[in-house]
Amino acid sequence: MSTTIIWTIAIIALLGLVLAVVLYFVAERFKVVEDPRIDEVEKVMPGANCGGCGFAGCRAFADAAVKAPNLDNNYCPVGGNEVMKKVAAILGYEVKEKAPMVAVVRCNGTCEARPRINDYDGYASCRVKAALYSGDTGCSFGCLGCGDCVAACQFGAISMDSATGLPVVDQEKCTACGACAKACPKAIIELRPKGPRGMRMYVSCVNKDKGPSVKQACANACIGCGICFKTCQHGAIVFENNVAYIDASKCKLCRECEAMCPTGAIHGVNFPKPLDKEAIKTRIKERNAKAAEAAKAAAAAPAKVEPEVKKEA
Amino acid sequence: MSRRTFSIGGVHPADNKISRECKIEVLPIPETVYIHLGQHIGAPAKPIVAVGDKVKVGQPVAEPGGFVSAFIHSSVSGTVKSIAPRKDLAGNPQMCIEIAAQGDEWMEGIDTTDTLITDFPDDAKSCLDKIKAAGIVGLGGATFPTHVKLTPPPGKKCDMLIINGCECEPYLTSDFRTLLEKGEQVAIGTAIIKNILGVDKATIAIEDNKPEAIKHMNEVLANLRKLSSKYAGISVLSLMKKYPEGGEKQLIDAVMHRQVASGGLPIDVGAVVQNVATALAVYDAVQKNKPIVENSVTVTGECFPKQANLLVRVGTPLKYIIDYLGGMPADAVKVISGGPMMGKAIANLDAATLKGTSALLFLTAKQTARGKEGNCIRCGKCAEACPMGLEPFLLNRLSRAGGMLDELEKNAVQDCIECGCCLYSCPANIPLLDVIRQSKAQVMGVIKARAAAKK
Repeated sequence: MSTTIIWTIAIIALLGLVLAVVLYFVAERFKVVEDPRIDEVEKVMPGANCGGCGFAGCRAFADAAVKAPNLDNNYCPVGGNEVMKKVAAILGYEVKEKAPMVAVVRCNGTCEARPRINDYDGYASCRVKAALYSGDTGCSFGCLGCGDCVAACQFGAISMDSATGLPVVDQEKCTACGACAKACPKAIIELRPKGPRGMRMYVSCVNKDKGPSVKQACANACIGCGICFKTCQHGAIVFENNVAYIDASKCKLCRECEAMCPTGAIHGVNFPKPLDKEAIKTRIKERNAKAAEAAKAAAAAPAKVEPEVKKEA
Repeated sequence: MSRRTFSIGGVHPADNKISRECKIEVLPIPETVYIHLGQHIGAPAKPIVAVGDKVKVGQPVAEPGGFVSAFIHSSVSGTVKSIAPRKDLAGNPQMCIEIAAQGDEWMEGIDTTDTLITDFPDDAKSCLDKIKAAGIVGLGGATFPTHVKLTPPPGKKCDMLIINGCECEPYLTSDFRTLLEKGEQVAIGTAIIKNILGVDKATIAIEDNKPEAIKHMNEVLANLRKLSSKYAGISVLSLMKKYPEGGEKQLIDAVMHRQVASGGLPIDVGAVVQNVATALAVYDAVQKNKPIVENSVTVTGECFPKQANLLVRVGTPLKYIIDYLGGMPADAVKVISGGPMMGKAIANLDAATLKGTSALLFLTAKQTARGKEGNCIRCGKCAEACPMGLEPFLLNRLSRAGGMLDELEKNAVQDCIECGCCLYSCPANIPLLDVIRQSKAQVMGVIKARAAAKK
């Protein structure tokens, strides 16, 4: 009896030893040499695997970052500058700081502002709906309201507001990975700089139609009147295809365009004080009057700005 | 009863051809027509008139904007009011020529009489030029420019011309009425196309739920054969009623027992398919110099007070047609352009008809009610019904997963003909086609981009 046990132990031990030696040599022979920095970089990544950086996941990003000659083309929008600093420290690269971004919904066509002109009873997906027709409102550019962006967000940062029928971005949760912007078939969602203390201005409309038909479709739309373009002193408004767009890099957050917009299509968010339209309008009027006087005095030429002042007032 | 049909899939919806006894009636000319510049597959046409120009019926108002494109003609005589984007049936803006009608003055050289001209020129080139000049597009629904289709690429030979008189969509009767009332013209048009292609055989395929049409066409052809040897080789074939028999690839399978490979064209298996209405348009163009300025439209639906088959000028506002027939029925909730299987719900009743508009169908809330969507139980009914041999349940899952375009392409989503058999047969009310259609569009985009990159 005892010999059986001894033999068994001996054979198993011997077998184990032989296999261990074989495994050792195999492991040596087929060793995959991987840069240890990839692991290090991966450790400091947020681990969301959202794909916002353009790679399949955090590991793929780490791999690419290690192999790349610099960090110019690799940026983790979720981790932001903090994570990128850590990555740069590991790799010994310099990092270009980027302004933190946030997803912005550029449609303001609430249920009241944008009456429904037909009922959609098909599959509740914006992609499907957009492939079928222009949508259940008169606006063929606006939000379709089926919530593809909500489904695309991995961070629970977007929800549909049932009162307005529009998606709402929770700016605390939003990591600017861009998944919602890609999911939106109407390209309404844009990643914009968060701005100082979260203050930012944007045009909440992408309708490229001409004024009258836009107005018929939606009360809150940008009608392409161009008042904001004329008002802006910083050249921040890009006016193309009957719709205004605010260039965030030039915007000085003076809120003049917001005050002048006749339809309320321009939104300013996170400002400490509510918008005082009258004060801003008086300010613009005074400034225009001064400019007109200066122009008159300088060249005795007909004042150019005057008719505009009248129109606006 | 005929047993001949296509080999895989298909469904049997009730045909509901309630307007089958309604003779084709000429709709009075509307005050204004809106002629879309994108009435065909391919590049939109380019306008060749200016605002304020006086035009006559049949005068070209737009020329082809590319190789796959077609001429567009004024459907009324009058003044060009505007050339501007206007919302189409789906609510998307499209360039439109607005023409205010005054009187009904036709272009010189267009024969507007009813006299039947049975003798046609043998010269294929001149016939093709006339077809191109008349702006003829496939009127079976795809609106592919006919002159392009009738010019097979070099090296490809056509064995048989098939004239599609199946009209397998429920409710539609315009092709059926055309066969009954203008059978001679269709037969002559068939002979002209046959002559252009240089084929010996042509088949007019008709489903066996239209026995009157089959009988009538046989008589017509017998009479014509007595007149000229040009009409030899044209026969009428009765097919078993099954949807989607009128699908190009299904029809070739049913008539010739040949299958078009994935990504292939009918000409690859030696077939050219043209619709009955297209054959009639070819007759009008070659024999009468008449371009497409009008087409027959079935206006139907159980809730609609008056069923009708109307001869409508291209660009007639839908509202005008509805008002002519007694106005919008109170209980109609959905108006469909085309048949109930493949037609599209109209989002904008201010839109105007196109060359390819075949029907206006009015449906009630009860008829259009969608059942609550359930879970897929893998019963396989959709795969059984699919006439293209696809697996809709799989395509549905892949589409919903998002971003799986490679897998979708491997599973041949691009072969989907959007017939709706899967959706029709699903016991769980899963909107299969809705989901598959848009991923098909995405995959087609990828395939096109790849082909463009190769060049």
